[in-house]
Order: sequence, then structure tokens, then C-alpha cells
Amino acid sequence: MDSVDPKLAVGEQPRSYAVPIAFVIMLALLLLAPFVTYPLIVMQALCFALFACAFNLLIGYVGLLSFGHALYFGWASYVCAHLAKVGTIALPYWAGSWQWLTIPLPPLPPELAILGGTAVAAIFGLIAGSLAIRRQGIYFAMITLALAQMMYFFALQAPFTHGEDGIQAVPRGRLFGVFDLSNPSVLYVAVLGIFLLGFLLIYRIIHSPFGEVLKAIRENEARAISLGYKTDRYKLVAFVLSAALAGLAGSTKAIVFQLASLTDVHWAMSGEVILMTLVGGLGTIFGPVAGAFVIIAMQNYFSALDQWVTVIQGIIFVACVLLFRRGLVGELAALLRIKL
Amino acid sequence: MFEIFGIPSQALFGQLLIGLINGSFYAVLSLGLAVIFGMLNIINFSHGAQYMMGAFCAFFLLHYAGLNYWAALVLAPIAVGFTGILVERAFLQWLYKLDHLYGLLLTFGLALIIEGVFRNYFGASGLPYAVPESLQGGINLGFMFLPIYRAWVIGFSLVVCLATWFIIERTRLGGYLRAATENPTLVRSFGINVPRMITLTYGFGVGLAALAGVMAAPIYNVSPQMGADLIIVVFAVVVIGGMGSIMGAIVTGFGLGIIEGLTKVFFPEASNTVIFVIMAIVLLIRPAGLFGRAA
Repeated sequence: MDSVDPKLAVGEQPRSYAVPIAFVIMLALLLLAPFVTYPLIVMQALCFALFACAFNLLIGYVGLLSFGHALYFGWASYVCAHLAKVGTIALPYWAGSWQWLTIPLPPLPPELAILGGTAVAAIFGLIAGSLAIRRQGIYFAMITLALAQMMYFFALQAPFTHGEDGIQAVPRGRLFGVFDLSNPSVLYVAVLGIFLLGFLLIYRIIHSPFGEVLKAIRENEARAISLGYKTDRYKLVAFVLSAALAGLAGSTKAIVFQLASLTDVHWAMSGEVILMTLVGGLGTIFGPVAGAFVIIAMQNYFSALDQWVTVIQGIIFVACVLLFRRGLVGELAALLRIKL
Repeated sequence: MFEIFGIPSQALFGQLLIGLINGSFYAVLSLGLAVIFGMLNIINFSHGAQYMMGAFCAFFLLHYAGLNYWAALVLAPIAVGFTGILVERAFLQWLYKLDHLYGLLLTFGLALIIEGVFRNYFGASGLPYAVPESLQGGINLGFMFLPIYRAWVIGFSLVVCLATWFIIERTRLGGYLRAATENPTLVRSFGINVPRMITLTYGFGVGLAALAGVMAAPIYNVSPQMGADLIIVVFAVVVIGGMGSIMGAIVTGFGLGIIEGLTKVFFPEASNTVIFVIMAIVLLIRPAGLFGRAA
């Protein structure tokens, strides 16, 4: 995608300390935030920030607009909630007629439940990704959207998700059997740790040789192919990574809110994560984080406005596309002439 | 009464009819999307919202202006099409030089605004719209009961689809359109006002969505959400058909509606997902879609 932010992408700059300084500022703000506002809102924002970062890995660095990321976020949250609360898995298989293969598991500790949710998201990412990368651009977006909507209907009908009610009262448990997550400060530190883990992993991915190939595909896929790169394979790996990290965010959200529900799989959620990334800045490392905090703050503090929040979100969408396509962080970086 | 595969004929043909009705809406909506995509290269995400506006427009005309269904069938597409022209002039025209994805994102934002405003004023529940008097009642065909209004919807959408196909593929105006899609600069040098043609094409596509909305009003409740979930199924239809051809939109629209209706009879749990499953299979075999030209 050549028009995301050509100004930011081109040009080698002398080594700058902008990113480490920005990271330290972000970390300081995140450590202070729970003292200033409700910790639960900050944790919600952190989950969505990780989700938006995972989404941005695709749109910002490979140029692929996935309109179905709610699938990985929402299903991971269902799987994580189910593993943490019930444990037992029942898989259908065909032996003349449909049978259930039941794996009797006890309710899992939070770290394994989160891992399970992330793994399922990665598997779904592999399946959906290998279908979607057969088409490009707008088609890619429509296919990811349609597949996500299909899985929304599965979530609506599958017995373990409890339909409209969702999975409620998910136990938070003890992380690694030691840290009691029912203590809010312990929970905050755990969520912050998971967010930082995902954030730094994404930073590492886009600054690796693999990430450089991804950016080359974004700039000019035909040229990358002619250089001998199997671009489909790179795109698929990026898709799976993005889906898995979105799943990590969704699993964490299930533990934090002790709830997995249909809103997280609905396509409106896919739109919301796009909005967060767009507001913060496509293709910037800090953009999705800033965007997630802005949107979550808006939703929480404007909640009295009820339905008008959707209208305001729509207006922000239109304004971002027409007026400041670089987003908050992108505009700031352009103003300061640094790369963020 | 007789049975086919253990299913009473009444139920089978009833679902087939519902499938055909849904298929009519899929066809008209994906046709509108195809026309807009052809000229503007924009996936019109607000198509569902514009379909909903068409239904509301018919409702307003009846309750505030006292104009009946037939007047709405003419006036609603014109009115909503006109808002489409305003949208193109105010927003979309600035995006043609950018990546196509920005068009998708902008129209998605517009859909959020339109649906949010309607939900604020009319709530989430639907408003009723009566079937016009001249189309009430039904015919007993022996094997099933056919409501006249539903027969009219199927017949009229077929006429609309074929007329659109005829205009684009067989007339001089359509020739200009197709030429401008291929090479706008060249067509412009022949003295044809291409930007105006683009604007009017968007207005026409939006008008088609509104027309579908008016036809849907007496069948479904007129509600702010009526377009939101439908549009994603239509996207799947578009992917299956392939965006390249007008005929593809029509044939796959009707065909998938029928398949969906039959699934409801034989395997009801899958009826919501069957179109998406077909999309996945088609993508595996023919990534360009059934009627699409290979990319």
C-alpha cells in the first residue's frame, strides 16, 4: 500500500533516540495511570492497545487491511474464558454419525487459559489468512470480514459460548500459581506485563530482517516477488502473528473482565480496532496505543451520550480519512521530524 | 400436499420463495456495489445504510406526505441518490488518488454516522410499513400459496437488474461508462465530462440501494439496523460472483439466495453461514470469483 505514509517510510535517518525516549514516557504514563483514573479502564485500554498494535502489524507494515480481526480477539476470549472456568473440551468428529470426543480437563490456571486462547486465534489466523491472501486490497478486506461474520454466527450457536449471555464469572485465578489476580494491583501489573511483552515483540518483528521484507511487500509487492521472496508466505506468517497477538489481547480481556461475550466477535469490533489504529496513526509503533486510549477514554467518559457515541466515532473516522491520515502520533512525528 | 425428500412441499417452496426474495435483494444490492466499484473503485460500505435510508424514505413519504408505495418507488431512489451525489462531491472525490482502502474506511465511517443518527431518532425496534393495497392477497398455485407482493418483488428486481445490465452493456451511455472505467483520460479528451459521469454513477448506485430498501419495507420492519448485517452477506456474494461482471452480480445474487433458502429447509443450523462457507470454497478453487476476470 503505497499511500499509507510514504513520508515516514522512506529515508534512512541518523540513529535517533526518539523511540526509546517515547517508550520511557509511555511506560511512566502507564505506571501513573491507575493512580489518576479507574484501573479497570486503564486495563481495558491496555487490552485494546495490544489488539490495535497487532492489527497495525498487518495494515501498517504489510499494507493488508483485515476487516475481521474481531474473530481472533473474540474467539480467543471465548476459549480462554472457557478453559479458565470449565476446562473440559468436547470436539465433534465424524464416525458414521457425529460423535463428541471429550477431553476431561480441570479448569486451567490463567496463564494456560490465555495461552490456549492465543493458540486457537493463531490456528484461526492460519486458516482465514491462507484463504484471504489469495486476493488483494479491497477483496482481502471483504473476505476477512465475511469469514469473521461466519465465525460470529458459530459463536452465536455453539453451546459452550452460551449465546447471548456469554461466558460469565470467569475466575481470575493465580498466575503461575503464585500471583493472586483478584488483587487489583497484581492484576494491573500482570496486564501491563502482557501488553509490554506483545508491544516489544511487535517492535522486534518489524525491526527484524523479516519485518524489512514485510515493508518491502507493502511498498512494492511485484518488486519483492522479482527479488525472489515468496511474498504469500511472508504475508501469511505476518497474518498468523497478528491474529495470535490479537488473541493474546482478547484472552487477557476475558481474564480482566471475567467475561467473554458476543460484542467482542461482532464485526463492529473489527471496525473499532481500525478506528483506534487510524486515530493513532497507521504504521507508527506508538499510534495504536495512543488511539486505543483515546477511543476507550471517549467511550467511558461520553457514555452518557449513549447512541451518539457511534455517530461521533463515525465523524472521527471521516475526519481521519479526509484530514489527518497520519493520525495523532503520525502528525506529531511529522511535526517533530522523528520516527515514532 | 406432497412430500419431497421427506419435506412437505409447502415448507420447501415457502423457503424457496424466501430464498428468491433474499436473492432479489442480494442481486440489486451487489449490482449497485458493482456499478459503483466499476467507476469509482470504491467499495461502498455505506450501501447498507443507504438501503435502510430508502426504506425510511418510503416510510416518511407515507406518514408525513401521504404519498403511497408507488410514489415512494420513484421518489425514494431519487432522494437518496441525491444524497449520494452530495456525498460524492463532499467526500469521495478527494480520495481517488489515494489507496482504495481509504474509500472503504470513509464509507464505513459514513455508515456509522447514518445508522447512529437513525437509531437515535427511531430506536432499535422496527416500524411497520403496510403492503400496498393493489398488491395484497395471494394466489394459490396448488403446491404453495404465493403472496402477490413477494411475486412482484422478485419480478421487479429481475426487471431492474436486466435493465441496468442492458444500459451498461448495450447502450452508448454504457459504452462511455465502460470506456471511462478503462481509460478516463482518453474518454475525457473526446469531450465527455468524466467527473460528472462518476458523480452520477455513484448517485445511480446509491439509488439502486434505496430502491431495494423501498421494496424491502413491506416485507421486513423498517429499522435502523436492517442494512448493517445484510451488507456483509452482500460482500460475500460479491466475492463469490467476482466484481468484474454485472451479470455475475445478478446471477450469484439470485443463486445464493436460493441456496440459502434450501439450506434453511434441509440443515437450518447452517443457514446463516452457508453463503460464507460457499465463499471459502469458491476462493479455494477460483480466487477471482465465479464470473470474475483473473486478477
